[in-house]
Amino acid sequence: MTATAARPYPSARRPPGPARLWLRLSAVARDGLAVAWRNLIALRRVPRLLVFSTIQPLVFVLMFRYVFGGVVEPALGPVSYVDFLIPGIFVQTAVFGSMNTAIGLATDMQTGLMERFRSLPMARSAVLVGRTAADLARNVFVVALMTAVGFAIGFRIHAGVLSFLGGVLLVLAFGFAMSWIFAVVGLAVGDPETAQAAAFPVLAPLVFASSAFVPVDTMPGWLQAFAAHQPVSKTAEAVRVLVLGGPATSAVWQSLAWDAGIIAVFAPLGVWFYRRAV
Amino acid sequence: MGQPAIRVEGLSKRFGSLTALDQVDFDVPPGTVFGLLGPNGAGKSTTIRILTTILRPSGGRAEVLGHDVVREASLVRRLIGLAGQFAAVDPNLTGRENLRLIGRLTQVTRRRIRPRAAELLDRFDLAGAADRPVRTYSGGMRRRLDVAAALVPEPPVLFLDEPTTGLDPQSRSALWELIRELVNDGTTVLLTTQYLEEADRLASRVVVVDEGRIIADDTPAALKSGLGDTVIELTMPDEDAAVRAAAAATGGLGEPPQREGPLLRVASRDGSGVLFDLLRLLDAEGLVPRSVAVREPSLDDVFLALTGHRTRSPEPAAPATQAGTP
Repeated sequence: MTATAARPYPSARRPPGPARLWLRLSAVARDGLAVAWRNLIALRRVPRLLVFSTIQPLVFVLMFRYVFGGVVEPALGPVSYVDFLIPGIFVQTAVFGSMNTAIGLATDMQTGLMERFRSLPMARSAVLVGRTAADLARNVFVVALMTAVGFAIGFRIHAGVLSFLGGVLLVLAFGFAMSWIFAVVGLAVGDPETAQAAAFPVLAPLVFASSAFVPVDTMPGWLQAFAAHQPVSKTAEAVRVLVLGGPATSAVWQSLAWDAGIIAVFAPLGVWFYRRAV
Repeated sequence: MGQPAIRVEGLSKRFGSLTALDQVDFDVPPGTVFGLLGPNGAGKSTTIRILTTILRPSGGRAEVLGHDVVREASLVRRLIGLAGQFAAVDPNLTGRENLRLIGRLTQVTRRRIRPRAAELLDRFDLAGAADRPVRTYSGGMRRRLDVAAALVPEPPVLFLDEPTTGLDPQSRSALWELIRELVNDGTTVLLTTQYLEEADRLASRVVVVDEGRIIADDTPAALKSGLGDTVIELTMPDEDAAVRAAAAATGGLGEPPQREGPLLRVASRDGSGVLFDLLRLLDAEGLVPRSVAVREPSLDDVFLALTGHRTRSPEPAAPATQAGTP
């Protein structure tokens, strides 16, 4: 059936059929990239966003290294605390950074931009993919900076550069997975202040009741059970092994399994929320 | 002729127990401006959100250029442009970047995006601010950019949700001019407004909505026919004086004016002539109004004529043509 448009529409094409998965995926990539580009411009143009998300882990590095380092170091045996700490800081940075995903999406809902996106012929998941991809790019920058700061205060790679880069990839993958959790949070609450307030009580126990900053064996038994198995600890442990050396496989696989599980649950949930968000 | 550009049949939307839209029907012929006129909360934005695939209807159906807005949503999205009342542009991007983003997301070819953005910035008088972040723009500039963004993919059907609310008179008439140009080029426009004047200036057909229902569907001229071209409002010192003035005016003009407390309202086709007669009649009775206002008929006047009650929400002040005390 042909529409009697008063004027032919130049770019009206039939959308790809449901079976043509690759066309759909390329649409997600194309639109997601456009949205990511837009989010990264905002990051460059409002530098305080980047400054604050950088200062906070910086403060943590220095505080833990110099305030708690002396207490923790004897418990670590041959490992120096700064070498123990930096992988934990990486993970903490990635986890706290995922809060930006919630704040960014909630802001877009509040300004009405989300409504416009929903009226455009773009892939339904592109707004979320673009947001999480931009937050991933920001994490690359922050982790690089933390590495540099780490080196300045005595951190050293002990297991080879490739292994270290593998650890960094693991951190980035974990941050990406966490972003999908917070995409759902942002869309569900719909305003940036609430998103931020809702995120912290979830993030704080995950990050602090973990092996990110201290070994878990001094924690009470009930807490240890949680702290030893939760994804932040698993990832910190895996990264630590990749950076410091040692048999890595089990922790690495467990961390990757968490990432896959989180994305498998929260990405479809996020798209579901996006379709309903107004 | 042929198929309507927009067809709405029995469209309903409920949010929990609230009925936002109740069995709404209308057709919009291609290449025309269609006005949805009503106060805040009447269901205008809900209608636009359904037609632009943002919301799903609870009942009934709607088509854009023959395509169902629910079943063929992704196709409909390729045919429409939307500019909302909240100026949905990214404050951190420049005007040009905003337009390029919309271009990319509507699959305008890379080669075409740049000239198209430049052309729209020019046309909307934003060329000078094109490379400044939008957060530095005035409200009117944002609104113009928002409309420009809707036009990037050259949509054959354009939805404008209260495009001029909050704009100064100059920006308003500039936007009206642009809308007329678009329609001359063949675009179909559905616009919502709270201003009778705006619907009158632009639309060839107007639907008046109140609490989710259509209470009138007519040409603007027919809607205004009972209202006259101007409305004269006299405020008398007190209710007693108003009653006496109303009696005097009825005798002299042949038609009783509407009265609300100390306020008298006379709809007329010959504003200045009737005003002169009216003041003479009052003067003969020794009555002096506290104030006299001459204005164009408003949505409120249409409501009063159609329903016998005023709009439930306060209408934003319509620009008065002239006002003063004698």
